[in-house]
Amino acid sequence: MQTVLSIAIDAFAYGMALFIICIGLSLTMGLMRVVNLAHGAFAMIAGYIASYAARDLGLGYAAAIFLAIVGTVVISIPLERLLYRRIYGRPELTQVLMTIGITFCVIGITNYFFGPTLKTIPLPGSLSQPVDVGFKTIAAHRLFVMACGVVVAGGLWYLIEKTDFGIKLRATVDNAAMADALGVRTQVVYAVSFAIAIGLAALGGVVGAEFLPIEPYYALRYMVTFLVVVSVGGAGSIPGAVAACLLLGAVDTTGRYLMPEFGNFFFYAAVIAIVCVFPRGFFGRAQ
Amino acid sequence: MQVVAQAQRVPAPSSVGNRWLRDAIGLALIVAAGLAGYWLFPDNLALLTRVIAVALLVLSLDLITGYCGVASLGQASLFGAGAYAAGIACVNGVTEPLTLIVIGAVAGAAAGLLMGTIMLRAHGLAQLVLSIAIVQLFHEAANKASAYTGGSDGLAGLTVSPLFGLFEFDLWGQTAYLFGLALLVVVFVVLKFIVSSPFGMLCRGIKQDPIRIRAMGSFVFPVLLKMFVISGAVAGMGGALAAISTQVVGLDSVSFELSANALVMLVLGGLGSLYGALVGTVIFMGFEHIVSAINPFHWMTMVGALLIAVVLAAPGGLSGVLETITRSARRSKGGRP
Repeated sequence: MQTVLSIAIDAFAYGMALFIICIGLSLTMGLMRVVNLAHGAFAMIAGYIASYAARDLGLGYAAAIFLAIVGTVVISIPLERLLYRRIYGRPELTQVLMTIGITFCVIGITNYFFGPTLKTIPLPGSLSQPVDVGFKTIAAHRLFVMACGVVVAGGLWYLIEKTDFGIKLRATVDNAAMADALGVRTQVVYAVSFAIAIGLAALGGVVGAEFLPIEPYYALRYMVTFLVVVSVGGAGSIPGAVAACLLLGAVDTTGRYLMPEFGNFFFYAAVIAIVCVFPRGFFGRAQ
Repeated sequence: MQVVAQAQRVPAPSSVGNRWLRDAIGLALIVAAGLAGYWLFPDNLALLTRVIAVALLVLSLDLITGYCGVASLGQASLFGAGAYAAGIACVNGVTEPLTLIVIGAVAGAAAGLLMGTIMLRAHGLAQLVLSIAIVQLFHEAANKASAYTGGSDGLAGLTVSPLFGLFEFDLWGQTAYLFGLALLVVVFVVLKFIVSSPFGMLCRGIKQDPIRIRAMGSFVFPVLLKMFVISGAVAGMGGALAAISTQVVGLDSVSFELSANALVMLVLGGLGSLYGALVGTVIFMGFEHIVSAINPFHWMTMVGALLIAVVLAAPGGLSGVLETITRSARRSKGGRP
């Protein structure tokens, strides 16, 4: 029973960390139809900034997160202007190649500046101690990650379903040309949602650093994981992303707990099974 | 993936005799370049043999991505299947090099059949994700089955008997290189015939518009699956060649990195052109050898920048650029009679 509980808690926390990162990718892929393999690269940039801010500048955890999000979004703006603009609406292979290229550049440049070592983001005292929640003690950081995931999911749901911007966003997703003709400034919608996506990647990269450690090949190592999660959940769908993250997080964590020698075997076996049964993902829209 | 097809220009019809001449010249150039490599870099023959093995992998990727429009980021699973099959056979007493190549081809073809059956169920992004998942599964399986594959230590201790009982695989890799070159030339000629056969044309048709091909009464799935099997055989031969020449099979031969690199080489050289696959491989691996010796991270930055540049400036790759140049040269020549 204890094992089941600790697996469930770890799986949930891991799934939420995945969710925070992947939901941004799901948005870009569902909304702008861009297969952005460089999404993990932005999470990595954020991780490096946060690590630099917390360790070398001595800032607090909250300030490091804030700085990482702002810094990553600022870095992403010229990239969006100069590179991403050119691949909107292009074939998938082109987008994959371009964004792999961006990923390679980010890895090369980041390591040139920060050196090829593993970066840690020191947790504040309040997050590094265990918390008693009645039936079990859980590391406070795990609770924090879960809370972040729930807040992000709720916030995005509210933003997309209940606000003015959400209406424009959904209209643009359904039919960009028609939304444009009706006076929605689709370029602005694109730019804002790209920034939100990158900001979420940054948040996830920093918060999830305990699960996905920040290291030189971060962007390449987890690129596949993020892409897989999004395609299993269905691009552009929040419930789909939640379901995919929780399910794949559970499969991965359970496999690691019970049969650690098999590594990622179960993760990818589950992916093949799911993609074969649901080629568009759990909640993907028909193309 | 249909959209990929639209970027591709249909090659201008040329007379049959002209094509034969061009192919003969191209083949002569490949042989000349291969022999030049043999005389010019006698100390780097191991690297050059590796280039040939990877060139076979890139050729096989070209068959399904360039000619059929099925993008794959998992081609190394076929390469690795061939490499491990040849390696395991060799350890268990089958040491004749040509037999090993055949074993590699058969194993690669079987893996291609499996991979095609799974991948062709999906389209677009899901297909790409499936290809990645397959190569990762193969990687984990090869890692797990360490009793047969040596796991992360690699499968070592391959001793290949002399070619035709005459030519020893020597320390300098001369035999291995010439053997690989001959294999490459034979495979290249066979593939040239395959892609210009009616079957090859059907594949290109499917790449451009699968719905229309279906409406014309052809079955798309078996055709693509057949190409997957051929592609698997070619990649498997590449893997077997790598196993024979290095006498080690490592886990890196079934890695996502190798698959991604193969795709980069193909795009650099030009999709849908067998020459492009060769040119891309040689240039990529040549630069990799030089630059990554200085600093591997510089190499990544450079590959990344190169990819962005190719996507933005030359979507057809180097062979596309070359074609544009020759065409404009011909046009300007025609303009001044």
